[in-house]
Amino acid sequence: MQTADNIKPCYPLFRDDDYKKNLAEKRVQFEEGHGPDKVFETFMWTTSKEYQDLNFKREALTVDPAKACQPLGAVLCASGFHKTLPYVHGSQGCVAYFRTYFNRHFKEPCSCVSDSMTEDAAVFGGQKNMFDGLENAKAIYKPDMIAVSTTCMAEVIGDDLNAFINNAKKAGHVPDDYPVPFAHTPSFVGSHTTGWDNMEEGILKYFTLNTMEGKKPGNKQTINLVPGFETYLGNYRVVKRMLTEMGVGYTMLSDPTDVFDTPADGEFRMYAGGTTMDEIKDAPNAITTVMLQPYQLEKTKKFVENTWNHEVPKLEIPMGVEWTDNFLMKVSELTGKPIPASLELERGRCMDLISDSHAWLHGKKFALYGDPDFVMGMVKILLEVGAEPTHILSHNGNKRWGKAVQKLLDSSPFGVNGKVYVGNDLWHMRSLCFTDKPDFLIGNSYGKYIQRDTRYKGEAFEVPLIRIGFPIFDRHHQHRATTLGYEGMMTVVTQLTNAVLEQLDKETIGMGTTDYNFDLVR
Amino acid sequence: MAKLRQCAIYGKGGIGKSTTTQNLVAALAEAGKKVMIVGCDPKADSTRLILHSKAQTTVMHLAAEAGSVEDLELEDVLSVGFGGVKCVESGGPEPGVGCAGRGVITAINFLEEEGAYDDELDFVFYDVLGDVVCGGFAMPIRENKAQEIYIVCSGEMMAMYAANNIAKGIVKYANSGGVRLGGLICNSRNTDREDELIEALAKAMGTQMIHFVPRDNAVQHAEIRRMTVIEYDPTHKQADQYRQLAQKVLNNTMLVIPTPIEMEQLEDLLMEFGIMEAEDESIVGKTAADLAA
Repeated sequence: MQTADNIKPCYPLFRDDDYKKNLAEKRVQFEEGHGPDKVFETFMWTTSKEYQDLNFKREALTVDPAKACQPLGAVLCASGFHKTLPYVHGSQGCVAYFRTYFNRHFKEPCSCVSDSMTEDAAVFGGQKNMFDGLENAKAIYKPDMIAVSTTCMAEVIGDDLNAFINNAKKAGHVPDDYPVPFAHTPSFVGSHTTGWDNMEEGILKYFTLNTMEGKKPGNKQTINLVPGFETYLGNYRVVKRMLTEMGVGYTMLSDPTDVFDTPADGEFRMYAGGTTMDEIKDAPNAITTVMLQPYQLEKTKKFVENTWNHEVPKLEIPMGVEWTDNFLMKVSELTGKPIPASLELERGRCMDLISDSHAWLHGKKFALYGDPDFVMGMVKILLEVGAEPTHILSHNGNKRWGKAVQKLLDSSPFGVNGKVYVGNDLWHMRSLCFTDKPDFLIGNSYGKYIQRDTRYKGEAFEVPLIRIGFPIFDRHHQHRATTLGYEGMMTVVTQLTNAVLEQLDKETIGMGTTDYNFDLVR
Repeated sequence: MAKLRQCAIYGKGGIGKSTTTQNLVAALAEAGKKVMIVGCDPKADSTRLILHSKAQTTVMHLAAEAGSVEDLELEDVLSVGFGGVKCVESGGPEPGVGCAGRGVITAINFLEEEGAYDDELDFVFYDVLGDVVCGGFAMPIRENKAQEIYIVCSGEMMAMYAANNIAKGIVKYANSGGVRLGGLICNSRNTDREDELIEALAKAMGTQMIHFVPRDNAVQHAEIRRMTVIEYDPTHKQADQYRQLAQKVLNNTMLVIPTPIEMEQLEDLLMEFGIMEAEDESIVGKTAADLAA
């Protein structure tokens, strides 16, 4: 029973006898479930190799996807521009989902509107919603720019954003020169990373496609950076810091660091920071544009190459030491600015940290999943510290990515046990964690269910989750951390090493049994 | 009281579905049956001969005006015309925008929820747009809706081709539900041996030609007055044709899962009746220059 002077949440409340009895009775009387023996037998069957083979033959069903939908990415991208309101043309529920997703990850409000298409809009098309939506959103929230993406509903009925927005302007709902860039983002194609790419292309296109006169690469000695779907705010900050230390001018083309990290000083900021329109318009004049997550920015890359005539350098995501080196050396080569002593010092500290910890990571097996570039970078980090990536899964990766990861694995003796899974989901990963147990699993919060399931089979089977990725809902402030650059390398190696040590403490804590190795110094 | 029979009329665009349906319905009404027509076509021309109107105000039009379908009431969308026939048009968007199929789904759901299919009714006829282009236009033959389908066709190649295609669609729904093909209605175009041809097609598809409606200008005379022949000139011999069709539909017991035929079979049939000539495979893909050489 809940009592007013000692309010308990569901745990431990439901462990009280009265609740236990109540839940057991509900099960007997209403649930018509199988008995515990049958349930356990079936659970054990799902942990078998036989089940895994069936699981990998699955064709029509996704269980526990490790990806989200396009407009989610479009909303993040739009949020990174100055005084820009992300606007989703389509149904309201979708947008509630995008907002809560970012609320839960960033622990911040997320301002984003929908034009709330209902049944009549589904039949007649959503032009009227666009008219009212743009007019109202501009009047109420006073953005300088509205960036429009779409939900499935609008895409299935074939709503034409270009025509609708132009018609809205012609009909005077928003002024002719009011910036309303857009991107079609059907959720049944690609993933959140595709949506980010589409929105980025849409915004860059809006501000530069027809105003290229007099602009050419190298007019300004700066570098553009395209972050891609990046939810580690520390990553924006670290890249900016490194370039600042080099004395290189830059433009981050979408920078949500401020809007998703506003201070608690009594003032609500619907908009904060972000890339300005002038910066976008000026971006074609930069020396070139660097794609920080090249596997998810194909449309943006094409646009930048074809319209801005930028020679986009071939670089991997700057994760791990070597790829950070490559990134900095490329920037140095492009700008003629030397790499400063401060970054050399930071690199040295990073190497020192690795040599302090690598013995604990050596030979440890890690399964990992997430977006293609992140997983690629994580594999690189693991190989660099002598850990073994085993099950490497990206639901939204493509074959080209899969081959590139394989090539990376082939380049290191620690990569021999690695196997790449393209387009598979977390239910596949669950099977892999049972049949070929890794020491740890690296991924977003959803991996905790794999940890729970493996532990249920027995403590020896438990695969502990190390939370790196997106979304992270059940741990606080991870979004402020860093995974890029030497700083990111240090953060990640620290997190991995401490996870290993924590696990070792857990195993050696047995009083009088295993605690001969319950060491104070690790 | 007899059980409500729900029938869907399909057929190639322009074949005369709406005219045939309304004349058939008028004949049923004349015979004392309580009938409703549900037009499932954004053009909303399925009820004009019954209502003597240009185009009935549609469910979707009213829903858009009211803000949502929930704000509509049955009497807003239902009109009563000749012989007490109840008329509803689903309506939908202009060509090029929105989703017409979704309009059909919305309208039919609305009618069901509002209890439009009351106990008084003997028949509901769904007059469906020419080509079943998406799931929305199959709405009338989904579970618990039309159990009988009639396909209007004529002795022309494309009309027969369409009829066969529609039969393919029916098979999909027939295997899982109760929908059956009631027969082909031949709306004559005065081609040679048309009745024999459609009978042969019907036989090949495992169904019947339920009636052969001869071509008669009386239909057009009535139509320019926005009336059915039954109403315009009840003594005309064409009115009797629709009465016969009505009686045959009333007494129809041949409800089958159709056996659509292969393209080649259809072509053989057309060749047999001289509608199509055998193709000369040797000239396929050859340009004029090739052939001259």
